[in-house]
Amino acid sequence: MKRLLASTAVMLALALPAAAQDYTPDPNAKPGGTITITYKDDVATLDPAIGYDWQNWSMIKSIFDGLMDYVPGTTQLRPGLAESYEISEDGLTYTFKLRPGVKFHNGREMVAEDLKYSLDRVTLPATQSPGAGFFGSIKGFDAMADGSATTLEGVTVVDPSTVRIELSRPDATFLHVMALNFASVVPKEAVEAAGADFGKQPVGTGAFKLGEWTLGQRLVFEKNADYWRAGVPYLDSIVFEVGQEPIVALLRLQNGEVDVPGDGIPPAKFTEVMADPAQAERVVEGGQLHTGYITMNVTQPPFDNLQVRQAVNMAINKQRITQIINGRAIPATQPLPPSMPGYTEGYEGYPHDVEKAKALLSEAGFADGFETELYVMNTDPNPRIAQAIQQDLSQIGIKASIQSLAQANVIEAGGNGSAPMIWSGGMAWIADFPDPSNFYGPILGCAGAADGGWNWSKFCDEALDAKATEADSLADPARAEERLKLWSDVYTGVMEKAPWVPVFNEQRYTMKSARMGGDDSLYVDPVSIPVNYDYVFVTE
Amino acid sequence: MPAYLLRRLFQSALILLGVSLVTFILLYVLPADPVRQIAGRSATPQVVENIRRQLGLDQPFLVQYGRYLWGLLQGDFGRSYLQKTDVATLIAARLPATLQLMGGAILCELVLGLTMGIVAALRRGRALDQGLMIVSFVAVSAPQFVVSLLLLYVFAVKLGWFPIGGYGTLSHLVLPAVTLGILGSGWYSRMMRSSMIDVLRQDYIRTARAKGLTRGRVILRHALPNAILPIVAMIGIDIGIFMGGIVVVESVFGWPGIGQLAWQAIQRIDIPIIMGVTMVSACAIVLGNLLADLVTPFIDPRIKLK
Amino acid sequence: MTDATAAERPIRAKGALRRLAERPLALFGLFLILLVVGGAVLAPLVAPFDPSEQHFDGLTIEGAPLPPGGVFLLGTDLLGRDLLSRILWGARTSLIIGVAANGLALVIGTLVGLTAGYFRGWIGAVLMRFTDLMMAFPALLLAICLAAIFQPSLWIVAMVIAFVNWVQTARVIFTETSALSEREFIAAERTLGAGTGRILFRHILPHLLPTIIVWGTLGISTTVLLEATLSYLGVGVQPPTPSWGNIIFENQTYFQSAPWLVFIPGAAILLLALAFNLVGDALRDVLDPTQRGRD
Repeated sequence: MKRLLASTAVMLALALPAAAQDYTPDPNAKPGGTITITYKDDVATLDPAIGYDWQNWSMIKSIFDGLMDYVPGTTQLRPGLAESYEISEDGLTYTFKLRPGVKFHNGREMVAEDLKYSLDRVTLPATQSPGAGFFGSIKGFDAMADGSATTLEGVTVVDPSTVRIELSRPDATFLHVMALNFASVVPKEAVEAAGADFGKQPVGTGAFKLGEWTLGQRLVFEKNADYWRAGVPYLDSIVFEVGQEPIVALLRLQNGEVDVPGDGIPPAKFTEVMADPAQAERVVEGGQLHTGYITMNVTQPPFDNLQVRQAVNMAINKQRITQIINGRAIPATQPLPPSMPGYTEGYEGYPHDVEKAKALLSEAGFADGFETELYVMNTDPNPRIAQAIQQDLSQIGIKASIQSLAQANVIEAGGNGSAPMIWSGGMAWIADFPDPSNFYGPILGCAGAADGGWNWSKFCDEALDAKATEADSLADPARAEERLKLWSDVYTGVMEKAPWVPVFNEQRYTMKSARMGGDDSLYVDPVSIPVNYDYVFVTE
Repeated sequence: MPAYLLRRLFQSALILLGVSLVTFILLYVLPADPVRQIAGRSATPQVVENIRRQLGLDQPFLVQYGRYLWGLLQGDFGRSYLQKTDVATLIAARLPATLQLMGGAILCELVLGLTMGIVAALRRGRALDQGLMIVSFVAVSAPQFVVSLLLLYVFAVKLGWFPIGGYGTLSHLVLPAVTLGILGSGWYSRMMRSSMIDVLRQDYIRTARAKGLTRGRVILRHALPNAILPIVAMIGIDIGIFMGGIVVVESVFGWPGIGQLAWQAIQRIDIPIIMGVTMVSACAIVLGNLLADLVTPFIDPRIKLK
Repeated sequence: MTDATAAERPIRAKGALRRLAERPLALFGLFLILLVVGGAVLAPLVAPFDPSEQHFDGLTIEGAPLPPGGVFLLGTDLLGRDLLSRILWGARTSLIIGVAANGLALVIGTLVGLTAGYFRGWIGAVLMRFTDLMMAFPALLLAICLAAIFQPSLWIVAMVIAFVNWVQTARVIFTETSALSEREFIAAERTLGAGTGRILFRHILPHLLPTIIVWGTLGISTTVLLEATLSYLGVGVQPPTPSWGNIIFENQTYFQSAPWLVFIPGAAILLLALAFNLVGDALRDVLDPTQRGRD
């Protein structure tokens, strides 16, 4: 029996996504031009193994490439530096064939050794990569993490253009992981030459290369003329100006000095912009893989009581909270955002029902309510939202005092389980990759509930965890639908246990200058936020 | 004089040592874990521990502080936890902007403050004098963040005379420098006024007047220089006041100086940056005070160095 | 000796008050302080609404605040709360912190200055070097770090401010104490066998009272400003407790379209700080013999 299985376990070759599924470039697109993008916060680093801020995420995507990539403007995977790949039938071995003739910005050709080096580097403790954990399914990861190995056992260079990656467990998200910035291919010699400053002197294979960088002020990206994807990028250069208040950025956009304000339209200006048809026309709205939620620590009374958590879910007036942020979000019913595969259409969640919430509370033995604390990050609008939540809670007798603290302090209180309730705003979950599993493990699963983890509810349901593991072992693309159904069940299961109040899903509103061209979907790209720099162009 | 200087320098070094120790203790007991910030949200406990070990944050306090101090003595401020860049590089890149802002602020407070003080002294007891002194009180009572927003609203948004924040040209500098200078101008105008009144009482001024020199000439040639000098020596002390102000002013105006750097680092517990900015500020304050003390005797012979 | 001591009696309360009353600016300052104190004490009676109540009709459909006028005299904030009520209740925060933090700073500063000035020697040296150290700290940075360590509440903010602000007082008290302890009447007390505590608190402290009163008043102004700045940075008094600083913090994104949300509380901070400065300055002229006659 065993032998029979072994003999039939032939490699399962997968057809590459058909060309029709890929992005069709705009026929009117023409090369040339420079655009200006602004950000408030400084760019910390462009090292793909380190960068994990929302403003450097898309910058790194433009400088580096990984084996996998996404069709612009969508959440659909397409091959990147890999020309093709094969997955073994047991889902444990991935063989990637590299695209020939791809050159780093320093002129050297990329080879399979570079991929191995890059994966070793990101998982090596000395690199201090915040993304190391994503590679946990690669064989030999544990030995890397505990320092007993300096190279990943599961990554083998077969020949200069072929790499075989073996996993220690089936992982349906593995191709998404290979599309993460953390899996970008970096040239060893450039990394070693720059030492710890690689993040300030990045060298990749991407559509743009770093031109100049004036710390704290501006960065200039220049077009990579040798880019391996034909025809792109269109732009000659991109100027990023940092330290610009969103409100200043918007006024400068109205003056024609800025093309895209990276932090979006500031709340105070939103109504004004949307009321002016000429400006509103240049606003692109799109979904975002984001959910803002309130966590309740299920290990502490009174939130160890399911009825109390359900009562809180019913007490929150999500409509009012979205009004406070100028309606730039949609009330949420479940952990997953609507644009995420696996979202349960038609699931209503908990209605806003103060009477029923009160009834639940008294059933739970808290007819007179109780006192608790609500932690929140101290940047606008989060303290305001927390006060709205506070008022909603007071309607059912819960007296929540607000602890408005720096981000790091809230994360600490959440991680060590000392915070009974946390409003996640400012630290809320934005998906790393467009797959439902990304919303589970670290923030709702048992693994994240450990001391210091991001599962601030400390919610750990073995049955749901088992189901999640089962879903992620369905690596066969043919069973994708079945897998999504499993995930949908996991999240409705979570909602029954109510460790969170999912409050809203932020909508993205990106504004562009009149001369910006390219499909609207590029401006609300779910992966390259705020803009897919490689495919946009200027029309003038 | 050299002995005095040596003693003062030694004292200053001790003070800086104390500042570094106190700041290090404060950051050590902070109820937030810098490693969590670096490791990010998806990190496994093992990744977190690895990073902690890499940074030496698993070591006892004294070892950590000792290492920091040893680096500091060699001019090494350490590396930013989140940017992975040399803190000295980060500070050096932003220091010119802060110095420019301070320079502008000093100019502004001197011009505004001295003018107000001189005019008030010459019109002593009259309505103008009283009006100016009220203005000086308002100046020292105005919260800097309100002044920044007010100037921004009136001169940038409504009148459009200056850009709404940003950095680069002289017109970018005006509003933040004025904001920062207003507080000092209040103090200077009051000091200038009493200093001027003192000088005008002196015998040599009376003599000059008696010799038949015009009033304007006496004031310009004799009174002003003598009245201004003791006040200029105070600039060194301003630096401490500015260091507090830049956090607010730089963040309102989007000025790319070390105040913003510090504020962003505080939000995310990037300890090497917080330490670095604190040390640089403390150095500036200590040096400023030292300079003020050293310069004063040259200007005012009545004061002797002890 | 008793005569000499009597002649040195530092405070001639009646005369001082009369001279204070002759100063229009000081009177104006006193009037402002009384106004704020009145608003703070009577807030529950005068405030038209509960300062924390988020009115359903306090926001437009788009979520924008209402301008002044109508039901909400000074308009509403970004959560639809009545701004006037929040300003009135916010006066409590400013005053409580102003008085408590500054009182504490004054006590610390006086004790340190007194001890250092009287004992000199190594105690004095250590204490004064410590004040030098505190002077070298960028005050705001220190306050922010402290506020982050002790999760901020009204009283924690007060203590943080006190901890940052006592230094100036200590230095002034130190100088005066050193001068005083060399004076004859103190030396005489000492030879008569008076205890240290008696000398410090019965003989030296009364002479320091004018200084303490002056610095205490001026210091409230600094304290009010520091509290506002901390709250403005989001590390001060916790919401929903209104403070003039955190009102501005919460609403400043709207400062172009709703400037009243920033400038009304801003004006309140300025006026209160101004009031204490005016009164403090007048007190200095009235109480401090070394300054008198200098104008």
